Amino acid sequence: MQSSNDRARGSGDGPESSGGSQEEHGTPSHDAMYGDPWYDTLASGWGELDGAGMPASVVPSARGEQSGPSLRARDVYVEVQRSAAFQEVRSRYRRFVVPGVVTFLVWYVGYVVAATAAPGLMARPVAGAVNVGMLAGLGQFLTTFLLTWAYARHARLRRDRAALELRWDTQELTREARGGAS
Amino acid sequence: MTGGHQTLALLLFSAFVAVTLGITTWVSRRRRGSAEEFYAGGRLFSPMENGFAIAGDYMSAASFLGVTGLIALYGYDGLLYVVGFLVAWLVVLFLVAELVRNCGRFTLADVVAARMSERPVRIAAGTSSVTVSVLYLVAQMVGAGSLVALLLGRTGGAARAWTVIVVGALMVIYVSLGGMRATTWIQIVKAVLLLSGTVVLTVLVLLRFHGDFDRLLLTAADRSGHGRAFLAPGLKYGGSWTARLDFISLGLALVLGTAGLPHILSRFYTVPTARAARRSAVWSIGLIGGFYLMTIVLGLGAAAVVGPDAVRDSNAAGNTAVPLLALDLGGGAGSTGGTVLFAVVAAVAFATILAVVAGLTLASSASVAHDLYASLRRRSGTPRGEVVVARFAALGIGVVAIALGLLARDLNVAYLVGLAFAVAASANLPVLLYSLFWRCFTTRGAVWAVYGGLIPALGLVLLSPVVSGSPDSLFPGVDFQYFPLQNPGIVSIPLGFVAGWLGTVTSAEVADEAKYAETEVRSLTGAGAA
Repeated sequence: MQSSNDRARGSGDGPESSGGSQEEHGTPSHDAMYGDPWYDTLASGWGELDGAGMPASVVPSARGEQSGPSLRARDVYVEVQRSAAFQEVRSRYRRFVVPGVVTFLVWYVGYVVAATAAPGLMARPVAGAVNVGMLAGLGQFLTTFLLTWAYARHARLRRDRAALELRWDTQELTREARGGAS
Repeated sequence: MTGGHQTLALLLFSAFVAVTLGITTWVSRRRRGSAEEFYAGGRLFSPMENGFAIAGDYMSAASFLGVTGLIALYGYDGLLYVVGFLVAWLVVLFLVAELVRNCGRFTLADVVAARMSERPVRIAAGTSSVTVSVLYLVAQMVGAGSLVALLLGRTGGAARAWTVIVVGALMVIYVSLGGMRATTWIQIVKAVLLLSGTVVLTVLVLLRFHGDFDRLLLTAADRSGHGRAFLAPGLKYGGSWTARLDFISLGLALVLGTAGLPHILSRFYTVPTARAARRSAVWSIGLIGGFYLMTIVLGLGAAAVVGPDAVRDSNAAGNTAVPLLALDLGGGAGSTGGTVLFAVVAAVAFATILAVVAGLTLASSASVAHDLYASLRRRSGTPRGEVVVARFAALGIGVVAIALGLLARDLNVAYLVGLAFAVAASANLPVLLYSLFWRCFTTRGAVWAVYGGLIPALGLVLLSPVVSGSPDSLFPGVDFQYFPLQNPGIVSIPLGFVAGWLGTVTSAEVADEAKYAETEVRSLTGAGAA
């Protein structure tokens, strides 16, 4: 992961990289790598591997595609929105969230409808006093916890890093655009 | 109930009030009066602290007393509530928490107004936020009044009225002096108290049954008088198809409403980044999930140990199931253990109400000052002046809530909470989701989405059996009931979404691509976040 940080730093070595945060990018400590006082240290580190045992792939920088120093502040966001880096972050977010939301809503609504429309099914005993309804209710708790864990993990490994780089790039571009206009 | 309970409970409760007032003065000692400080506590809370505070905001007395009572009386049907309350957090985590943290500054309207013509949108979103908060607030005030009557054994109207007034006065002091920082610390203290109380009671219940959950279930079913039917759905909502539809409506409102509750949304602004917002949501899901799992044990325990008849004798709605359970687990009435445990549970319940009420007051005063006041007189308002307005708004909302709390004191608490969730899901959620995810969404769409959810939701309640036409309604004498369901969610939530879509496709205005790009980029990356 260190190498990709170097890459991010390298791409920031243009004439615009005079901001204080850019200098702090260069410090070797992982904790201070992103010199944002708001950004707390990751609980489990950048270097975690994704599910396939490979480091999560890094998306390209948005700044490579800027169209010149005369960019107006309000166009910066359109520019970033069209960049491959942002599209990648957005599609990673949507690819996880849309199926996730559909799954738990269908499962929850199905559960509520089954409980009201088919109480006989829910009352069917499974083991001892435990019946299908009890298991389905506990299943809702279990899937909620599981999806929470999966979402947090996915966001941490697949989005956080790219989103943070985009954040700095966007803010850098905005500052330039403002500076150019004044 | 002997005098021992009351004295001890009052003592513990006074201790809590003293501690929270101490926190408030300590926090306000070094306040700087900035809007950032007042609305968002300086944005410097850690995810764990905020997770506890969110859990504290969410676990209201309606859950601790109301839901356990429902489980004790109706078995499985009470459990359905608990599931809805928890699953709702996935909507918050997946779709709302991080994006709202990145896009907004203090309120829900900030997120929507960034893309739109600001004034009408801010007024609409501010109005609906205040409506939701006040509805929820009234529910808590009514709960506070009945709690005192039930727990301290003074059923007189004067004691109730004074409780409502004292709770109202305390919440105004917390909020107007301490702002978000004091409110957050009060939530954290309360969440810790409530969770520890629940853990102790759960362990005692499980010890009573030697850790045998199956035996707990069987004993509860036996004592309920319904046998195995107690452990299956249908006791409360199994009657007519209207009752079943009503429950589906409530289920939808619960699961979609949480993401539109202003006091929950404003909690995400107290942490520095979207990542911290996500981690606080994860913390709160863990805490809330654990809490609700324990309330199931407590509800079943109350059914098995106390018995539904005794619970119903004490309070027809079941609100006293947990205190009664505590009395029994501690050794029964008259014993020291029983007295202490009962007093502790009563004090925890008071603390719960007080903290939730403070969070709600803060959220609604923020909406009044930051959305309504600021857009009605935009030019002359400075951020500092806005905070002064917010402090006075807290006072005004306190007065309104006290008045409504006194008027509505005979309404069912759980019902009022369900209503607040339904209004939040109909008026706040559609506009929030459309602004975050729909490229073509316009100002007219936003305004229509808010009013198109808010007005049907409130109107259907007016025409429902809750207000008129049945013996339990607010005005039993008259009959203008045209809508059969108690909870409007199943109709008003889709209406909110349809109105937003309709307003957008019929408006002449073309959505601003650049503004949407800004919202989308900011929401996912946090660029330019406050």
